[in-house]
Amino acid sequence: MFEITNLHASIEDTEILKGVDLTIHKGEIHALMGPNGSGKSTLANVIAGHPAYEVTEGTILFNGEDILEMEPDERAQLGIFLAFQYPTVIPGVSMANFLRMAVTNVRNARAEREAGDGEAKKMTPREFRKLMREKMQVLHMDESFATRYLNEGFSGGEKKRAEILQMALLEPTMAILDETDSGLDIDALRVVSEGVNALANDEMGVLLITHYQRLLNHIKPHFVHIMMDGRVVQSGGPELAHELEAKGYEKLRAEVAATA
Amino acid sequence: MVATPKPQVDIGDYRYGFRDEEDYVFKSKKGLNREVIEEISRMKGEPDWMLEFRLKSYEHFLKRPMPNWGSPAIHEIDFDDIYYYIRPAEKQGKTWDEVPAYIKDTFEKLGIPEAERKFLAGVGAQYESEVIYHSLREDLEKQGVIFLDMDAAVREHPDIVQQYFGTVIPYADNKFAALNSAVWSGGSFIYVPEGVRVEVPLQAYFRINAENMGQFERTLIICAPGSYVHYVEGCTAPTYSTNSLHSAVVEIIVQEGARARYTTIQNWSKNVFNLVTKRAAAYKDATMEWVDGNLGSKVTMKYPAVWLMEPGARGEVLSVAFSGDGQHQDAGAKMVHAAPHTSSQITSKSISKGTGRSSYRGLVKVHPGAEHVRSNVICDALLLDETSKTDTYPYMEIEEESVSIGHEATVSKVAEEQIFYLQSRGLSETEAMSMIVNGFIEPIAKELPLEYAVELNRLIQLEMEGSVG
Ligand SMILES: Nc1ncnc2c1ncn2[C@@H]1O[C@H](COP(=O)(O)OP(=O)(O)O)[C@@H](O)[C@H]1O
Ligand SMILES: [Mg+2]
Repeated sequence: MFEITNLHASIEDTEILKGVDLTIHKGEIHALMGPNGSGKSTLANVIAGHPAYEVTEGTILFNGEDILEMEPDERAQLGIFLAFQYPTVIPGVSMANFLRMAVTNVRNARAEREAGDGEAKKMTPREFRKLMREKMQVLHMDESFATRYLNEGFSGGEKKRAEILQMALLEPTMAILDETDSGLDIDALRVVSEGVNALANDEMGVLLITHYQRLLNHIKPHFVHIMMDGRVVQSGGPELAHELEAKGYEKLRAEVAATA
Repeated sequence: MVATPKPQVDIGDYRYGFRDEEDYVFKSKKGLNREVIEEISRMKGEPDWMLEFRLKSYEHFLKRPMPNWGSPAIHEIDFDDIYYYIRPAEKQGKTWDEVPAYIKDTFEKLGIPEAERKFLAGVGAQYESEVIYHSLREDLEKQGVIFLDMDAAVREHPDIVQQYFGTVIPYADNKFAALNSAVWSGGSFIYVPEGVRVEVPLQAYFRINAENMGQFERTLIICAPGSYVHYVEGCTAPTYSTNSLHSAVVEIIVQEGARARYTTIQNWSKNVFNLVTKRAAAYKDATMEWVDGNLGSKVTMKYPAVWLMEPGARGEVLSVAFSGDGQHQDAGAKMVHAAPHTSSQITSKSISKGTGRSSYRGLVKVHPGAEHVRSNVICDALLLDETSKTDTYPYMEIEEESVSIGHEATVSKVAEEQIFYLQSRGLSETEAMSMIVNGFIEPIAKELPLEYAVELNRLIQLEMEGSVG
C-alpha cells in the first residue's frame, strides 16, 4: 500500500537520496537504520512533502496514488504522518488550538472520503476536547500541556511525547517516526513505545527511523532496512538489527562496498 | 436629497465596505473656512468659549505645516475636498428603535446591539459627525458614572468639561490636533467617580458612511481617584475610490490610584487616512493602558501616549498593526516620565504583507530629576513575504542618570519550517500562515476580553485569506 520506487531527491543541488526502494504493507512495522547523514530524515521529509527538497526521479505511491505532486496538507489528510526528529517551535500557538484545527481537517477529509457522495459526519469541538483528554492520559501528559505553546520550552522528551500525541489524534494509516527514541530516558521511552504499540494496528503501516537497537526492544519490527549514503543497502528480518548492533556500521559499510 | 448609489470599488475581503444611501438632516459644503466652523458651533448651540476655542484652533491649523515625517501619502490629503460636518439625524436615540431605520440596520450588521446585550455596560454609536445612539447601564448611572457623547457633555456638564477639555492635548499640539479642535463633533465623555469600578467595558463605535467624509470625534475620559474603567472603540467605513479622513483627539486623566484601559480595534476601509492624537496623564500610583489594534485604513499615524506626572504612575501600550497591500501603519507609543519612580512598558507587534509597510515610531522621554524610572520597549516585526516592509524609529530622550531603560527589537520572516510543520498536520498553507500570525500577536490578544480577541483573530484571518499563492 506504500511503495517507494527509485527515489532520488536533492537539496540545494546536492543529491541526498540516490535511488531508494521500500515497500510497506498494511499492518507492518519497518525499522530504518543507518549512520548519521545517510539520508533517513531526508527520506522522511520527502515523504511528508517538505518544500526544500526536489524529487528528481522515482515515485511514491500510497494506496495506488502518486503523492509526489501533493501539498503536505493533502498528504496528511490522506493519512500520512511524520513524527519529526526536531519538531519546530511555533510561538503563541497553543497545542489545543493547533490540534483542534489539525484533527478537524484530517478527520473531516477522511469522513468525506468514506462518505463518498453521502453526508460526512463532522467532529464537534466537544468531541475534540474529550478525545484530546483521553489521548493525553494514555501518554501520561499533564493537562496543562493543552494550553502550552507548540513545542515552546518543551524538553526533548516532551517534544517527542507531543509528536506521539499528535499521531494518536490524527490516526494516520502511514506513520513515520524519525528518531522518536533519541533524547528519551528509559521511562519516557517505555511510555512512548507503549503509545506507539497501542496505536499500531492492522490498517496502519509504520516506518521507525532509529539509530539504535534500543527502541526495537520495545517496538518489535517485522522488517529492518539499512540505509547508507542515500540508498537502502540491506533488508531483512529483526535479526538484522542485532547483527548491526554487534558489528557496527563501519564493518557493514566495508561488506557492502565489497559486494557492490 | 438622496444620492444615487455608485458602484463600489473592489472591497475584497473587507466585509464592512457596504454603504448606505444618504438621507441627512444637514451636510455642510465641502471645504473648511470660518463660516463652516461657526455653523457647526451654532447648530450645536455651544457656549462662546467653545466657539472661541474652535476659531483659535483653526488659525493654528492654517499656520501649521504638514508633518514632514510618517507617511508621505498624507500630502495627498486635499483639505478643500472634505465634508467637515454631517448631521445624520435630528436627535439621539435612547433605544435603537429611535434611530433612523437604515442607520440602525448598519449597526445591526456591525453587531453592535448584539454586543451591547451580551457583554457591554454602555454603548455610544457615532454615524458621520453625530452620536446617534447612547446608552448606559442603570446601575452605573446610579453610581454617578457619566457616559455621554461629547456634545451633550458640553451642554450638561460645562464645568467639568471646561476644566479639562484641551488640557492634555492642547490645540497647538500638532496640525491634526488643531484641525480636530476646530471642527470636532461627537466622541465620548466619561466621568468615573471616586472609587467606582466599571467592571464591564463601555464601547463606542464610529462609522463613516459618506464619500470624502471627515470624521473628527473628540473624547475626554476622567477617572477620579481609585476608579477603574475599560473603554473600547471600534470603527469601519465603506470602501470608496476617493479618500476619507478620520482625525480624532482622545484625552484621558487618570487620577490618584485609578486605572484606565483604552482598547481600539481600528478597521477602517483602505481609503481612510487615520491620523489620531491620543494622550493620557497619569497621576500618583495611577495606571494607564492603551491596547491599540490597527488593521484597516490607508495610512494610520497614531502614537498613544502616557504622561507619567507623579510618583508611582505606570503606563503601558500594547500595539498590534497589520499592513496589507497599499497600507502604511505608522504606529507606536510615547511615554513621558515627568516624575520619579514611574514606569512604562511598550510592546509593539507588527505584521506586513504584500506591498504593506509597518513602522514602529516610539519615544521614551525622562525629564531631569525623574529618578528611578523604569521603562521597557519591545518591538517585533513579522514579514509575510519578500515585498513587505518594516522599519523602526525608537527615540530616547533620557535626561536623568538613575534610570533603567530596556529596548529590544526583532524582525522575522515566517519560517518555511513552521509552515511545513503545520501543513504536515493537515492545515492548508493559508491556515498555517494565519495560525502563525495569530500566535505572533497572542501576547497582546490574550490581554483583550475574549470577544475582542476572537474578533481580532477573525479579522487577521480575513486579511490572510488569499494572501498566499
Ligand atoms: N539543508 C541542507 N542542505 C544541504 N545538505 C543537507 C541539508 N540537510 C541535510 N543535508 C545533508 O543531507 C545528508 C543527509 O542528512 P539526513 O537526512 O538528516 O541524515 P540522517 O537523518 O540519516 O542523519 C547529510 O549529509 C546532510 O549534511
Ligand atoms: Mg535524521
